[in-house]
Parts: sequence; structure tokens; C-alpha cells
Amino acid sequence: MSVVATFEIGYLRILDEEGHLLETIPDFARDPKTLLTLYRYMILTRRFDAKAVALQRTGQMGTFPSSLGQEAFSVGIGHAIHKEDVFCPYYRDHGAMFLRGVKLSEVLAFWGGDERGSHYTRDKEDFPISIPIATQMLHAAGVAYAIKLRKQKRAVLTACGDGATSKSDFSQAINAAGTWHLPLVLVVNNNQWAISLPRDKQSAAKTLAQKAIAGGFRGLQVDGNDVIAVRHAVAEALDRARDGEGPSLIEAISYRLCDHTTADDASRYVNKEDLKEAWRHEPIIRLRNYLIHQDFITEQYDEEIQQACDHEVEEAVEEYLNTEPQKPESMFDYLYAKLPKTLTEQRNEVMGV
Amino acid sequence: MAETAYWEAIRRAHDEELANDPMVIAMGEDIGLAGGTYKATSGLYDKYGEKRIIDTPISENSFTGIGIGASMVGVRPIIEIMSINFALLALDTLINAAAKIRYMSGGRVTCPIVMRTPGGTAHQLAAQHSARLARMFMSTSGLRVVTPRGPLDACGMLKSAVRCNDPVIVIEHEQMYTLKENIPDEEYFRPLEGAEVVREGSDITLIGYNYSVHLCLNAAKRLEKDGISAEVLDLRALKPLDRESIRRSVEKTHRFLVAEEDEASVGVGAEIMAVVTEDCFYALDAQPVRIHAADVPVPFNRNLEKAAIPDVEDVYQGALKVMGKL
Ligand SMILES: Cc1ncc(C[n+]2csc(CCOP(=O)(O)OP(=O)(O)O)c2C)c(N)n1
Ligand SMILES: [Mg+2]
Repeated sequence: MSVVATFEIGYLRILDEEGHLLETIPDFARDPKTLLTLYRYMILTRRFDAKAVALQRTGQMGTFPSSLGQEAFSVGIGHAIHKEDVFCPYYRDHGAMFLRGVKLSEVLAFWGGDERGSHYTRDKEDFPISIPIATQMLHAAGVAYAIKLRKQKRAVLTACGDGATSKSDFSQAINAAGTWHLPLVLVVNNNQWAISLPRDKQSAAKTLAQKAIAGGFRGLQVDGNDVIAVRHAVAEALDRARDGEGPSLIEAISYRLCDHTTADDASRYVNKEDLKEAWRHEPIIRLRNYLIHQDFITEQYDEEIQQACDHEVEEAVEEYLNTEPQKPESMFDYLYAKLPKTLTEQRNEVMGV
Repeated sequence: MAETAYWEAIRRAHDEELANDPMVIAMGEDIGLAGGTYKATSGLYDKYGEKRIIDTPISENSFTGIGIGASMVGVRPIIEIMSINFALLALDTLINAAAKIRYMSGGRVTCPIVMRTPGGTAHQLAAQHSARLARMFMSTSGLRVVTPRGPLDACGMLKSAVRCNDPVIVIEHEQMYTLKENIPDEEYFRPLEGAEVVREGSDITLIGYNYSVHLCLNAAKRLEKDGISAEVLDLRALKPLDRESIRRSVEKTHRFLVAEEDEASVGVGAEIMAVVTEDCFYALDAQPVRIHAADVPVPFNRNLEKAAIPDVEDVYQGALKVMGKL
């Protein structure tokens, strides 16, 4: 028998836990301002998550999915994407959404049960988050197709979790992206869990990245706790997509340090020791270590960043809590381009006129 | 008799059926180690092992299809779909295959699966987690559709469903899992067909199924204070529908309303209205009423959701309208 195909899956890691460089630093990361932006957004995301969970616990918000421990993923991908690209996120991507210009208060509004929160004031084309798992992957392939049809030099970035890779939408998106050579980058936040199901019960494949190989394009893994690696790999993949070099699949390895959502209690199924070990690899400390080694921040400046983030979160919470509640009749408002007559009657009935 | 919660009743049915027949298995997302989102399989993973209590990868289409295939050769899968919304992902295999395979094989191949899933709203889960969909399954020939209103039916109907040789959809409700009721200690079964009068009355029939039976029962208590005697009929099974019991009750009270949590178009209420029109139109003394949701996806916002979904007050007011007291 002869070999007709072989494949390899690379793994990129640039910063180790102590913040030491393992590879040459990519060009973008030579600029301290860029690194500080990444650092700041990771802290902002973590503070935001903590506050959102607290709001839920005190009955001021609905079920919320924190991204604790996965900040390098959302911030890395959010920073890599260009303004003119399109982002099709999943529900744990608010760090990336903030970088796309979505307001903190809008994300709070959405999870607080106000659908106007998805009417992003600053962004026009990015998708609202998808609740049914993985449906956004095929939609993203559709967006990439539209971009190709219009002969534009843009790319599409779509994200999902490790569990989502079991869905046919994911495999079908890969199939379409490969076959049609779409400007699509698929990123997987492999946080090791899909609610209570560990990654190895999801697939027997050694890596999730290799699912790209079946679609005829490149797949790679990155250390999802290393924001420099995530940012670098995703930006490069998006460049390739824009340049007509086709799709990529990037699997980022991290760990869900929180419950699945506020409706979950992960202590039922996560081993305490594993969790403790996972905290050793969390993404913020290592970047902080690097920034300190490089003299890019001082303790005092770090403190200022933390405070500024807290302040920004507090302001958003204030705005969220002070938003005028929707009127009951507004339930009809976004259903059709023009409200049909029968619904106008129902609307009037709700208004009591 | 022991007071049992709805989720415990479902768990008990699983336990008894798994013990009774080694070909009974359960499959779904987070049902093994975690014991299921609604605890319906809690403890069973330890008792029966991972080959029979299967934590599936996230793909409703995949595990429903696999369950259907296994059932065609004698396995009896109880498939849990975390929320009825995600049953939509399994529709091809469910409707094109499971519902039709016996018919299209001249009765040779059967598909004895059970699909259990909660339908309905549960306080701010938003449109993609609040679908009701009973009306869609109700219109699919080849399926059986049952809607247990409480623990007694939840256990007894699930056990009957497991032993039934047709595909059975069991529609539960997020707001009923903690509901309690006394159920027999000894093994029992409840039929998969037949409506049931759960409250006798003489002035009006309030017809419900699943969660809306409770809206009807509570409205009936209020109507009693107004001197109106309301009968409450629980449909129990939407397919096949027990037309006979509907006719009998309407011929007795001469007035009725139907309460459903879903939108009205092509819905359960619409079907009941058609049945009454065809079977006992001249028994009616008043124009009937449908109590239903607004024609919108279920809103995320609390106030909007409340306004969109019918409650006891709506059923009560609807009954007064039928009685000509509004
Ligand atoms: C089609 C569908 N099935 C089931 C669910 C319920 N559900 C919500 S999140 C989740 C787990 C997702 O895990 P993963 O893809 O790894 O993402 P993570 O939440 O870990 O970031 C499940 C099963 C859903 N939302 N959609
Ligand atoms: Mg995951």
C-alpha cells in the first residue's frame, strides 16, 4: 500500500506561564501600546464577567455565560480582525465584541433580556450571538460567499466552542469553505468542556484543528491562554483569507475556569485538582509578567488600568440599570419590515386602545 | 402512594424500564455524569453505566438518527432533547424516517423510540429557548404525541411510551419539573391515548394540555367563586386526539374554551374548534374562545414575555367572555 495523504497539525505558543518568550516575538507585539491594549481588554473582560455574574446573582440580570479564563481567546481574535471584516460570534465572545465597538451596556442589556442590546450602535454588519449551537458557522460561510460574490477584499471570522465542533453545521461549513475557497476563518475556543461533557467525549480526534484537513485546508492549534499567539495566528489567517488564499481553522486550547453559565454548577463534574492546575495557565498573569519583564508597565500603572476598567464597567452597569424598560407593545416592533394589519390590531390590543 | 416531583417521576420511569429490559437505553446531552438538565436521569449513569446512559456529542440530528437506527433493530432508546427548540435540528430523521418507516416498509420495520423534551416558556429564556411546537408534531402522522400534565402521567406515560412500538414524542414543560403529586408505589402504566376530565363541571369546558391544564384548573377555581361551574378536560395525547371525550364534555356543558401556550395559527386550539364544529356544532350555546400567545417569537424581556404568554387571568377572562359575563 502506498501513502496518498499525510498531514501535520502545528501548535503555536509564544509566551509561557512565566511570561518568557518561547519564539521570536511577532512584529505586531513589538509595540508596547498594542500589548497594553490587549492587556487592558483582557482585564476589562474579566471585570465585566465578574460584574455580570454578580448582577445575575442579585436578580438584576438573566442567565449569563462568563468567559473567565478564556479572555486571551476573545481578546486575541477581537484584536486580530480588521474593521472591514465581518464577525459571527458565539455567546462567550463579548471580549471580542468590545473590541469591535459593541458597548458593554449593550451586552448587559442583551443578557438582561432586552433584545435592543443586539442593535449595536457602532457596528452594522457583525452578527448577533447565536444561541443554538454552531448555526453561525454556516451563516458565516454564507457571508464569506457574499464577499466573494462582490469581489471584496474582506474576511469573515466565526467562533464556536469545542462541543460545537460535533454539529453538522460545523462540518458542513468546513466542507463549503474548502470547496469554494471562501475567505473564512473558523476559530474554536476549546475550553475543555461543553457544559458537563469533557472534550474527549466529544470526538476521538486527537485535535479539533485537524477537522480542517477533511475540508482540504489548513488547521492549527494555538495556546489559547497566550494572547500573543492567538492574535498572531488569527491575524495571519485573516490576511490569507483576504488575499484569496482560502480558509483556516484555528483551535485555541484553554480552560473554562467558570461554570458553563450562571445556571450551572460545575463543581458537580469538574475535578478540583484539574481546576487548580488550569488556573496555573490562565492568560492574564503571563502577559502581565511579560509586560513587567519588558518594563512596559509598573505596578502603579497596572493598578491604574484595573481601576479604569472597573470604572468603565460601573458606568456600563449604571447605563444598563437606568435604561427605560421596553413597553409591552414593543414585542411586535421588529418582527416584520412593515407590521401586517392583523398584528397592528394585536399591538393595539396590548396597548389597550 | 408517595408525593413525587415531576422530574422524579420521569427518573423513576427510566429506572424501572432500564431495569426491566436490557435493550432500553437513554441518550442525550449532559444526561450521564451530570444527570440531565432537569435531573431526569440523575444517579442512573452510576447504576447502569455509560453504555446505557449515553452522554452524546452535541448534535441532536446525530443522536436522534443513531437512536432511530438502533430502534429499528430492537433497541429502545429514550432520547432526551434538552429543549424542544433543538428538536428542530432532528426533524428530517424524525419526520422523514421515524414517522414513516413502518408505513413505507409495509409494517416490517418499526421505530420504537421515545423522544422526551420540554416545550414552553420558563421565564426569560428568549425566543430560541422557548418554542412550544406541539402543533407541529401533532400534525405528523406516524408519531404519537403525549403531554403529561403531572407526575402521575409523567411516569406512567413514559413507561407506556418505552414499551410502545411506535415513535412517541413526550412533551414536558420547564415549569412543571418541580410540580408534585402522589403516585402509586407499585409499578403502574398510563395509557398513551385518551383525554381525561380532571375537574367535573356543568357550565363550561376548559380544555388544556401540558402546562395549560394548570391554567385551566386555577381559572376554574376562580370561576367557582363567581358561581360558574367549569369542567377541565386534559387532552393528555395530542396525537391521536380523543375526539370522543371532547364531544362528550361539550355536549354536557354546551360551552368551551381551549387554552394553549403557543400561537393560535394552525394550532391545537384551532384543531379542537374544528373537531367541535364537525362533531357537535349544535350542542354549542355560545361562541367558543381560544386562549393563546401573541403572534410573536417569545420575547426575552420579562414584561414583554408576560404580555405575550397567556396566564390564569387570561383563561379566566376568556371563560367569562364565553359565559357572556364580560
Ligand atoms: C443546538 C443546541 N443544542 C444544545 C444546546 C444547549 N447548549 C448550550 S451551550 C452547550 C454546550 C456548548 O459547549 P461548547 O461548544 O464547548 O461551548 P462552551 O459553552 O464550552 O463555550 C449546549 C449543549 C444549544 N444551545 N443548542
Ligand atoms: Mg467548550
